[in-house]
Amino acid sequence: MADAAAKATVEAVWRIESARLIAGLARVVRDVGLAEDLAQDALVAALEQWPSSGVPANPGAWLTAVARRRYVDGVRRQASFERRIPEIARQLAEAEDPMADIEFGAPVEDDVLRLIFTACHPALSRDARVALTLKLVAGLSTEQIARAFLVSTPTMAARITRAKKALADARVPFEVPAGAELAARLASVLEVVYLIFNEGYSATSGESWTRAELCEEAMRLGRMLAALAPDEPEAHGLVALMEIQASRIPARTGRDGELITLLHQDRGRWNRLLITHGLAALGAAESLSGSEFSGPYVIQAALAACHARAPAAADTDWNRIVALYDVLLSLVPSPVIELNRAVAVSMAGGPAGGPAAGLAIVDALAGSPALRGYHLLPSVRGDLLDRLGRRAEARAEFERAAAMTANASERAHLLARAARAAAGG
Amino acid sequence: MRVMVLVKATEDSERGNYADHADEFVAMGRYNEELVKAGIMLAADGLAPSAEGKRVVYDSAGGSRVIDGPFAEAKEIVGGFWIWQVSSLEEAVEWVKRAPFTSTSVELRRIHEAADFEGQLPQDIVDAEKQLRAQAGQQRDQ
Repeated sequence: MADAAAKATVEAVWRIESARLIAGLARVVRDVGLAEDLAQDALVAALEQWPSSGVPANPGAWLTAVARRRYVDGVRRQASFERRIPEIARQLAEAEDPMADIEFGAPVEDDVLRLIFTACHPALSRDARVALTLKLVAGLSTEQIARAFLVSTPTMAARITRAKKALADARVPFEVPAGAELAARLASVLEVVYLIFNEGYSATSGESWTRAELCEEAMRLGRMLAALAPDEPEAHGLVALMEIQASRIPARTGRDGELITLLHQDRGRWNRLLITHGLAALGAAESLSGSEFSGPYVIQAALAACHARAPAAADTDWNRIVALYDVLLSLVPSPVIELNRAVAVSMAGGPAGGPAAGLAIVDALAGSPALRGYHLLPSVRGDLLDRLGRRAEARAEFERAAAMTANASERAHLLARAARAAAGG
Repeated sequence: MRVMVLVKATEDSERGNYADHADEFVAMGRYNEELVKAGIMLAADGLAPSAEGKRVVYDSAGGSRVIDGPFAEAKEIVGGFWIWQVSSLEEAVEWVKRAPFTSTSVELRRIHEAADFEGQLPQDIVDAEKQLRAQAGQQRDQ
């Protein structure tokens, strides 16, 4: 029992210290993979020693010292091997202490930012970036990451090993990119964090708790990024987007585990603390850029905020939502976003709004190859037809949508709507 | 999980005497910055002296009377709080250990999630409770 408590403490310290530890080592050894191996050695030493010796007063410094010793030992072993070759031996004898030019200063925060940019390097596949970020920056164990992504631990371990090797092979420098490269590289980092979030968010209820935990990890990574790169509006925008979306998690499923869509959710179940924090992050993003339209994440956060600010679904400012979608589409043209915009138009008042106007947009999208097989197209169309009183057509669309979705609770929901449309309301 | 960290008042914080504690404020500012950079900080605030506070005491019949502050023992009074999002209570403990405190104690409490009440209370009570919290939250946001 005491051992279990000590292990939990070591894990807790690891969660706090690992990113800075690995980042500080990587700055010296110039190889993220090696830095991670050294840090893992230090973790193993902590797991062996702390249960009996107790947690040291400064656990971060302790871990750094152990990892540094491992590195120095490794370099020395290498050096003594080479000393057996006579010509090199002579040179080494004349050389100064081989450790002298290696400087291990206190890890600086920029190191953690460098670590994030390296783990999210575009030279890696998306899966590799996600795994490496969770491993190196969030401090999760390979087993935890494997469980969250529903693969075996050896599979995930192999993925991480390949990613580290790919970084070394590509000679990715350990640095925060500057100038024109920064925007593209930042986009890659934001994408990875949002992928992690969505991996957790899209999981339906009843699936392992580790999926929900992924949302928390992503929010944590996003907040880290926003604090380390405080001048980037999109970093704050991503934090706002994730927090406002996550605020709805408790309301997304009903008592029997069924999916509840946004407008039907009990807003009393929304997490107000996350909403407050998310709206503050959105405010930070908007004041940095001087507008709410600076990038896709800020705009999506502003969209999410429209719902968060409405006390009831009927209070939603749909005209503002339509305007935000217009801006989003000008930055990121996408038929899926067009479809969302059509829904907003159908909800908006005024001469340009209403279900008929929404239906016209959806019909124009019907031939889009990108939406082929996308169940939300017939689902939205069914809803609009239903609201226009064209019930037979609505029923056919709901049934079509039900046949296209792989999600059982969504299928049940669509079939129920088909039955209601058939019954005439 | 979310954890609330409750920090006790001190005699000086109860007197509103902060002038002698500039160094502690600087250290606490640095510590808070660490928490933000680690991505765990959701909320943090300090409370004004209990002299500005009130207590409402209810009797067994539900009647109430109001007692004006200050309240007796500084160490029994909450002086401030944090709300953190962490992966475990142990992680919160490790963070607290890094805080620049002396001669005090700090309390850590997991914050209830709605799921904690499900099945324990009649559902209509749980729902009504959520409804109230939602209204309170909306007023706050505006």
